[in-house]
Amino acid sequence: MDLLTPGIGLIFWSTLIFIFLLIVLRKYAWKPILNAVKSREERIKGALESAEEVREEMARLKTDNELIIKEAKEERNQLLQEGREIKEKIIDVAKGQANDEAKKIIEAARVKIESEKEYAISEVRKQVAILSVEIAEKILKQKLADKRDQKQLIENYLKEIKLN
Amino acid sequence: MKNFIQRIIIGICLVFPLKGLNASESEHKAIEDKEFNANEFIFDHIADSHEFHIATLPNDHHITVPLPVILYSKKSGLNIFLSSKLAHGHEYKGFELKDDGEYKGKIIEHTEDEELYVPLDFSITKNVFSMLLTAVLILWLFISLGNTYRKTGISEPRGIQGFIEPLILFVRDDIALMTIGKEKYEKFMPYLLTSFFFIWISNMIGIIPFFPFGANVTGNIAVTMVLAMFTFVITQVSAGKDYWKHIVAMPGVPFWLAPIMIPLEIIGLISKPFALMIRLFANITAGHIIILSIISLIFIFKSIFVAPASIAFVLFMDVIEMLVAVLQAYVFTLLSALFIGLAVKEEH
Repeated sequence: MDLLTPGIGLIFWSTLIFIFLLIVLRKYAWKPILNAVKSREERIKGALESAEEVREEMARLKTDNELIIKEAKEERNQLLQEGREIKEKIIDVAKGQANDEAKKIIEAARVKIESEKEYAISEVRKQVAILSVEIAEKILKQKLADKRDQKQLIENYLKEIKLN
Repeated sequence: MKNFIQRIIIGICLVFPLKGLNASESEHKAIEDKEFNANEFIFDHIADSHEFHIATLPNDHHITVPLPVILYSKKSGLNIFLSSKLAHGHEYKGFELKDDGEYKGKIIEHTEDEELYVPLDFSITKNVFSMLLTAVLILWLFISLGNTYRKTGISEPRGIQGFIEPLILFVRDDIALMTIGKEKYEKFMPYLLTSFFFIWISNMIGIIPFFPFGANVTGNIAVTMVLAMFTFVITQVSAGKDYWKHIVAMPGVPFWLAPIMIPLEIIGLISKPFALMIRLFANITAGHIIILSIISLIFIFKSIFVAPASIAFVLFMDVIEMLVAVLQAYVFTLLSALFIGLAVKEEH
């Protein structure tokens, strides 16, 4: 059948046309198109990858920041704690010192008071002695005005001495 | 292009019923004289021709565009002239275009010794003309597209790029990459893209029923044979060691089976491009035959009232043919890529 018999002319021309198309299109169409598409795809891929990298970097920075903030907070707390402790210690020490000082002062005052007291007592004794001597003198003067009394007293003394 | 004028007439009939009725009456008369032969009408259309027939007027006058005839015979050498010289059975330089009989549609040469001689016919026939037109269209479209890509570089696709680029990516990603693989597909991309777009655009041009379109290029067995041969040659040339090993000595098959296996493998080798050739040819020819048959119904029934149904069916078929056009281009390209992929695959 004619329909199924390939004609030589058509075979020749279609081969020629197709080869021509293949060669020309390869050079002037497919190469630039495919290259452009490929480089575009690569660029998009690269952009996506770098975006992903940046995202990761951001996440890393964020965690870093959080870590730094956490550390700073801890350090602050620690510093505050230390300050508090130091304060208490200082207060304690000051208290102790004040106590000691007070005790010393009190002690010194007590000693002074004691010595003053003794001094005063001895002073009072002296005065009393003087006064009693004076009183005794006056009494004796009064009492020994009479000769008999003098005699009696001497006798009393002598008795006492004998007894001793 | 008989169906063109017929469709025009039908169109007129629908718009101007009275006038159209008259026109179709006269058309009927012209055809009735010869008795409308649907078979002849259809096969005249799908076959190749030395001239581009546009219309037959009611007074049996043909409007045709003559095409160059290029003949080579041993006796008279190279002869180039226009096909109009051979119109209506005229003889020119001893050449005659046979209208019927054994050499229907072929040019024969009369010699002094009264013997019929068939010269080698390299004429720019309707199909060759249509192929050249397709080639020009493709070259214009894709070279300008290539220049756009060269100029704009890697910026986003604009205009026609947005339409063509997905197709190119489709051929690359869903045909070449899938069947041939990442390592080797690039070498075959030009062939796959060229065959895809050549077949597709040829198919589409074949559906358009006006001059200078409408030739049945991809429904011609010579054209599909050439396309299949390209796939075959590329497959064999790029085939790897494993491919030949499978044909000559299939691994795991006892050596005494070789006398059976080798012929089988060779049959398989040839049947692949053969299937490619027949599939494209048959699909496109069948589509043309269906459309023409539905058109012929109007003239077989000799009734204007068949026309609306025919038109509706033809419209439906045209839409299906548009789908078939791209589908067959896809199938051809996919199978070509598959065969190439099988040939270049290396087993590890």
